[in-house]
Amino acid sequence: MRKLRARGGALLLAMAVVVGACGDDDGGDTSATTVTPATSGTTAAQGAGDSLEGSELTLYSGRNENLVQGVVDAFEEATGVTVNVRYGSSAEMGAALLEEGDRTPADVFYSQEVGAVGVLAKHDLLAPLPDEVVERADERFRPPSGNLWVGVTGRSRVIVYNPDLVPDPPEGVLELTDPAWNGKVAIVPGNAGFQAFITGFRVSRGEDAARQWLEDMLANGVRTDYTSNGDVLEAVNNGELPLGLINHYYWAGLAAELGADNMKAQLIFPKGDDPGGLFNATAVGITKRGADNPAAAAFVEYLLSDEGQRYFVEQTHEYPVVAGIDDPEGYPPRRELEGPAIDLTDLDSLEETQALLADLGLLS
Amino acid sequence: MALAVVLVPVSYIVVRATDQGWSTFHATFWRRRTFDLVVRSAGLGITVTAVSLVVGIGAAWLVASTDVPGRGLWRALLATPLALPSYVAAWAWIGWRPSLAGFTGAVIVLSSISYPYVYLPVLGALHRTDPALAEVARACGRGPLAVFVSITLRQLRVPALGGAILVMLYSLSEFGGVAIMRYETLTYVIYHSYRASFDRTPAAVLGCVLVAVTIVPLVLAVWSSERARVARVGGGSARRPAVIRLGVWRWPACLALAAVVGISLGVPAWNLLRWIERGSSRAVWSDVLDAGLSTVWLAALAAGATLLLAFPLGVMSVRHPGRFSRTITSVAYAGHTLPGITIAPSLVFFGIRYLPGFYQRTPMLIGGYVVLFLSLAVGAVQASIAQIPRGLDDVARAAGRTQWGVWRSVTIPLATPGLGAAATLVFIAAAKELPATLLLRPIGVDTLATRLWTMTDAAAYAAAAPYAAALVVVAVLPTLLLTRAGRLDRP
Repeated sequence: MRKLRARGGALLLAMAVVVGACGDDDGGDTSATTVTPATSGTTAAQGAGDSLEGSELTLYSGRNENLVQGVVDAFEEATGVTVNVRYGSSAEMGAALLEEGDRTPADVFYSQEVGAVGVLAKHDLLAPLPDEVVERADERFRPPSGNLWVGVTGRSRVIVYNPDLVPDPPEGVLELTDPAWNGKVAIVPGNAGFQAFITGFRVSRGEDAARQWLEDMLANGVRTDYTSNGDVLEAVNNGELPLGLINHYYWAGLAAELGADNMKAQLIFPKGDDPGGLFNATAVGITKRGADNPAAAAFVEYLLSDEGQRYFVEQTHEYPVVAGIDDPEGYPPRRELEGPAIDLTDLDSLEETQALLADLGLLS
Repeated sequence: MALAVVLVPVSYIVVRATDQGWSTFHATFWRRRTFDLVVRSAGLGITVTAVSLVVGIGAAWLVASTDVPGRGLWRALLATPLALPSYVAAWAWIGWRPSLAGFTGAVIVLSSISYPYVYLPVLGALHRTDPALAEVARACGRGPLAVFVSITLRQLRVPALGGAILVMLYSLSEFGGVAIMRYETLTYVIYHSYRASFDRTPAAVLGCVLVAVTIVPLVLAVWSSERARVARVGGGSARRPAVIRLGVWRWPACLALAAVVGISLGVPAWNLLRWIERGSSRAVWSDVLDAGLSTVWLAALAAGATLLLAFPLGVMSVRHPGRFSRTITSVAYAGHTLPGITIAPSLVFFGIRYLPGFYQRTPMLIGGYVVLFLSLAVGAVQASIAQIPRGLDDVARAAGRTQWGVWRSVTIPLATPGLGAAATLVFIAAAKELPATLLLRPIGVDTLATRLWTMTDAAAYAAAAPYAAALVVVAVLPTLLLTRAGRLDRP
């Protein structure tokens, strides 16, 4: 009923806009339906809990609805805050936020990658997060200064292989230049995860080493004809392809769709400081507008709370970023994952990586 | 008003391309690579346009003018591939024949979903083309093929050309299909440069290049359509044309139509079935229904609003051709070649500054669709107006009608099939639109396209399939209406 009325109003408004008239009726009114809170027993919302009841929050999510809506629902349940979520891709959400500037309706931006929040921070569009919230995250998932964003979940780069085709798998990406793997490995140069990995390679081992590795891989017949991590994983799983470089949680996604029994593909988490083991993060920040909305800080706090972190571990098979939460089942523990010794903010030299990849003909 | 609408995306990219100074602009513009990309984009656009012209005109003529078996069914099915998002079609092809990746695959995918841009306006025109000319030619002893080439094709020049431009612009702006087919074009690079660095300048500079590239086909089209006056002596009322008997060619013709539908619709449909069969994720049917209703609602509004603006623009450019009307029309077309990742932020940029009260509300979203799809409608409107003999307007005016009266009693009734085609094109394009919808929709509103994106992005392919299927169903609806209307206005 309410929907129909809203639509009728919207129709009038659309016509009003088209004929250049002015309408003052609020066509798409989304009056909040209040959720009865279950306040007891939540740690995250304590402190602000009661006062947040009935307030609203607008979240721009660069992460998929299927991965995020669950934690949003839990937050609404716990606090009584109504969260309006706009879902899109991180790049497009980031672009929209840049255009909206100070006028943005968004209070919080949750990005698939540190890069996007980093750019917003650079453009002075984010407000500092409360210190105690940021400090819940392990040091590797925090910005070095300013507290303008904080990591929410961790993901590792991995080598995926098919045991039928590769009985004796490699331990890290540095080995993949060996002639034994000639024509057997796939990479996805256009993928953000791959580019972050190369950026980490450049930052940790130097430009020359990264370029040398890529050149050796090319000389070794590396395959670049798959468009996404998902395609590579499927091809390895089907037995079309022996090895590929992807992010770890794709495995769980495909296993959920096909059933774990149908998964041939296995993962290797490169050990030590092998660049192939880059440990990256999803990240969240609060806009300047959100700084005035207590619900925004409460939401970020909830993402980093025990409940929030457990949700991601169980639902998306990503690694938690706070101490005391179990790692996702079936994956190596977090402390064994080192990756290259870099700071996540160093990953913002993406343009140099792309220039390198373009120079080698891997990217345009 | 129209000027403001069409200027939004173009002025935005000019602002963005130059706001870091001309040296940045030049650095991107004068690169060898930029030139290569222009050549690749143009090659793809020309090939796809040629294929679409042949398929679109041939198919429309077969179902409109001949006794090919199953005309009614083909008539509706042939328009539906337009509803397929390019990436759905591209996935199907690359999953089936990975070796097609590259130019060939890109041509197959883009042609198979964009030939309806030619097919629909040509079909609309065929329904109201005066058969007298063709009959005279046949009476003079020309065979069906000769009549088709010498008379029918000439009469179809304006609608076919309008459609060809849309195909050309679509091929230039298309991203999803070429990305999956791994064929690098200007758009592909714009996307990557944007996603990678959030630096809006190179993307905007390449956007300017893209707009510049479209000037060539636009000028050609204007030049050609101004020469293509369809002369008609006397005011005889159009009758229903006699059906051309194909004789032994009936079944080969039917097979050809089946092949077109099989390639454009069959392959993607088969792939969707494969998704459903393999995957364990399932769509919630009430969500599909909700998204379907929102889609129909928004797309219908978009079609109506776009037509309201396109009609006067189309009339003006055909009846009063001049520099001003040509400029507006060209800018409207140019805006259409910009990829979604450029258009969507431009709408955000203007929306939040100048219409803050409407930002991310339904009217703003509809306004965005108008900006995006005005050129789709203008071409079809122009084509149908161009076929109305000018004398009729003059007679009506001489009989005392006002300008509005002339429109109401002459122009609109005679142009109805073409206007229907225009509305259908916009409806379908709006139904599958993604980037602008994601950014501008009211919070909580989902369309079939946004749900399809959510599901495929999360690798829940089986759950995605019903949304893709629903999109095709939604596209069939207006097509059926359109083809029925085409018949109803005949006695």
